[in-house]
Amino acid sequence: MSEGCRVAIVGGGTAGLSLATTLRRLGVSGIVVLEREEDAGGVPRHCGHYPFGLREFKRLLKGPDYARRLVREAIAAGVDIRTGTAVTKLHKGGRLSLVCGGETYDLQAERVVLCTGVREASRAQRLISGDRPIGVMSTGALQGMVFLQGLRPFHRPVILGSELVSLSAIMTCAHAGIKPAMMLEEGPRMLARGFMRPFPALRGVPMRFGVGNIRILGNRRVEAVSYTDAGGLPREVSCDGVIVSGRFRPEAALMQDSPLEIDPDTGGPVIDQFGRCSDPHYFASGNLLRPVETSGWCWQEARDTAKRVAADLAQEARAQATVTLSVNSPELRFVLPQRLVPDAPPGGMAQMQLRLNKPVSGRLYATSGGQRLWSGALNTVPERRILAPIGPIITAAPIHEVLMETSVVCSMESRPPK
Amino acid sequence: MSEANSTVFDVAVIGSGVVGCAMARRYTLNGAHTVVLEKEPDVLDGASKANSAILHTGFDAPPGSLEQACIASGYREYLDIREALGLPVLKTGALVVAWDKPQLEQLESLLKKARQNGVPDVRPMSKAEILAQEPALATHLLGGFSIPGEYLIDPWATAHAYLLQALANGAELRRNAEVLTGVFDGEIWTLSTPAGVVRARQVINCAGLFGDILDQRLLGQSRFSIHPRKGQFVVFDKSAAALLQAIVLPVPSKTTKGVVLFRTIFGNLAVGPTAEEQDSRTDASTDRTTLQGLRQKGIEMLPALARHEITATYAGLRPASNEQDYRIITEPQKNYISVGGIRSTGLSAALGIASHVAALNTGAEVRYAPLSAPAIPLPDRLSDYHERDWQVAGNGGIICHCEKVTKREILAALDGPMPPATLQGLKRRTRVTMGRCQGFYCTPALAALTKGRLDPALGEPDE
Repeated sequence: MSEGCRVAIVGGGTAGLSLATTLRRLGVSGIVVLEREEDAGGVPRHCGHYPFGLREFKRLLKGPDYARRLVREAIAAGVDIRTGTAVTKLHKGGRLSLVCGGETYDLQAERVVLCTGVREASRAQRLISGDRPIGVMSTGALQGMVFLQGLRPFHRPVILGSELVSLSAIMTCAHAGIKPAMMLEEGPRMLARGFMRPFPALRGVPMRFGVGNIRILGNRRVEAVSYTDAGGLPREVSCDGVIVSGRFRPEAALMQDSPLEIDPDTGGPVIDQFGRCSDPHYFASGNLLRPVETSGWCWQEARDTAKRVAADLAQEARAQATVTLSVNSPELRFVLPQRLVPDAPPGGMAQMQLRLNKPVSGRLYATSGGQRLWSGALNTVPERRILAPIGPIITAAPIHEVLMETSVVCSMESRPPK
Repeated sequence: MSEANSTVFDVAVIGSGVVGCAMARRYTLNGAHTVVLEKEPDVLDGASKANSAILHTGFDAPPGSLEQACIASGYREYLDIREALGLPVLKTGALVVAWDKPQLEQLESLLKKARQNGVPDVRPMSKAEILAQEPALATHLLGGFSIPGEYLIDPWATAHAYLLQALANGAELRRNAEVLTGVFDGEIWTLSTPAGVVRARQVINCAGLFGDILDQRLLGQSRFSIHPRKGQFVVFDKSAAALLQAIVLPVPSKTTKGVVLFRTIFGNLAVGPTAEEQDSRTDASTDRTTLQGLRQKGIEMLPALARHEITATYAGLRPASNEQDYRIITEPQKNYISVGGIRSTGLSAALGIASHVAALNTGAEVRYAPLSAPAIPLPDRLSDYHERDWQVAGNGGIICHCEKVTKREILAALDGPMPPATLQGLKRRTRVTMGRCQGFYCTPALAALTKGRLDPALGEPDE
């Protein structure tokens, strides 16, 4: 069986739904959202806490209400949301293989937009030592248990990590009456933004930074976590669960064994400043592009991508002449987009996005063929959003690859933690 | 006399690892009324829960050893019965690769040993030939040889299929039934377990990592001692499976086959095992430094692995003994056979071991006659290279998207003739949560679906 549509959107989370609704409002018909779960809405469905929706709806919402509102708007706009439908393969030219309850069929779309989001790195990916008892899970899995299934998997877990999502783990625990025993961070300081730093202490969760040798102990269930403290002394904290939080990676499983090129730095697809992938029938948007942004950011990013897709539908899908954009300093973790169309029509991303591997205080440069095209101050730490303008670079009409580099005036790594 | 005491089984197989499962099948097919006693809540919970999932030819086993004989006959029987039992195989073949000069010099004697062991189709290969077949391997390799007859198999479905066939033909399985004491009255063994008293005419010790301890409990002494050897593994993303066709074996040393690069029948690529001697018979923990070393070792042999993510890590324990060969010891006066020291080759050799043991004439066999038309139950079908349930209508939808495990598969396992008691057991039967996301997406739905069925429960803490 085979059918067709104008735009197939893979993933019905914030980005996918925002994109679908925007396309319909731009007058594009034949919009299909493919969602493998039984309900659309994505990650916010199980983030049962504030703050969602301020940018999008000018209202302060909890995640599940926000997700419902996104779904409602998409349906009202005339989007065909197919839940319980998993994409099993991406083919060249925008053809998708789908399965729904064991029935397989193909869908040929004029354009496909991938919005499959991110997930947290697993215990295995982080090579965490120890036994393999029950009770080790990601924040996402915990949220799903608490907010979707009404379950409480443990009483006193240890939280590994200190990103924004780690604070979400604390809020999720509070909702379920779970009291985290401790928060352990391998780095020297909290990764979440400065104003969030007192949050765990306010919730009564002790924090330890600069820890090493984390080891999960327990036979059937988690019984303890051992670690070495910042001074190198062995410690042990008794607990009945471990929340392995953060270190997001794009959910790019579908792109393996597909016509699309993957950027090992972001873990997501290689795109140009229009969100177009290496096969011009495919676009990508939202957190699949990079780890990790807020729902509000993804919602806006998808609206912008929708406009680019709508404009692109007016012509044949065709590969563009591009130059590569890449990072060329060990401090820089990734840059997005990875390709630039030099003589592009207006409407592309105004800014590139970067992230750091380590704290930097210095400058950021864009160079091409030995020429400096742009520079700006850089003074931040990993996991924070870094933006740099694309305009000055493409108007300089580079014919060579563009490299993003840093000059480090002072690496904050050497500063002792507060 | 209690009801438990009224049944006298022909055979009590103690331990339900792959060897115990094969033993139960063999004795049941031979007509013996068999009981399997497992001390854990689920089968395959000891050494058999983690291995490299390869059906070996035994080309490098010590010639003339019992191990070599059992691998050879086990290998043949596996290929004979696997289609009827519905067990998938993937014939990838293996390559022994030498990475330095001393290893290269050993190849000739390994080839000779392979031919001695009845594996005649081994073939020397030059560096260029190997790289033509496996272009992703590192170019510093020096040479090697191929063993075309090595297969990838599903290690859990294999053992489950053996035991399920035994159960379908009248055998019984008792779990949480650690044999604590046993008395032999000259005719019948009376075994006491937390799950009740079991009586049997013959005892076969397939207790693996605890084999010597069981001997001591029942015979007062053991003629071997178990020296557990831990092996850690790193499993890479399914995207890495395209890098390699064959199983890549190192030139083996005395204690270990060394670190192997292999695909799995579930579509991953893995590197391991390590060989770590330890005292503990239960500590299968992993260690970050060792795992990093394994990953590095994999990248040295297959440089493109550096770009592929890790999906899983695990460790297994091999029940090596104080000797180089298997320790299969009969106690005819006691109707007792001890099957010990089945080190890393148990998966390949299990059927051969079972036939070997069943053919040892202990006099007990005269009581029963082989089944003429034994029932054959359907096993789990989890190969990534064969049709799966997600492609079949009416499956209730996919719960675990990374491994494409359906609701119907999970319910079939929970409601089946040998339901899992733990999440580990459910994973072995269905692969649920074993993929890329390691449960990030499906754990909540799985916790709801398995509520009240697994212990420990996924969704509720112990009080």
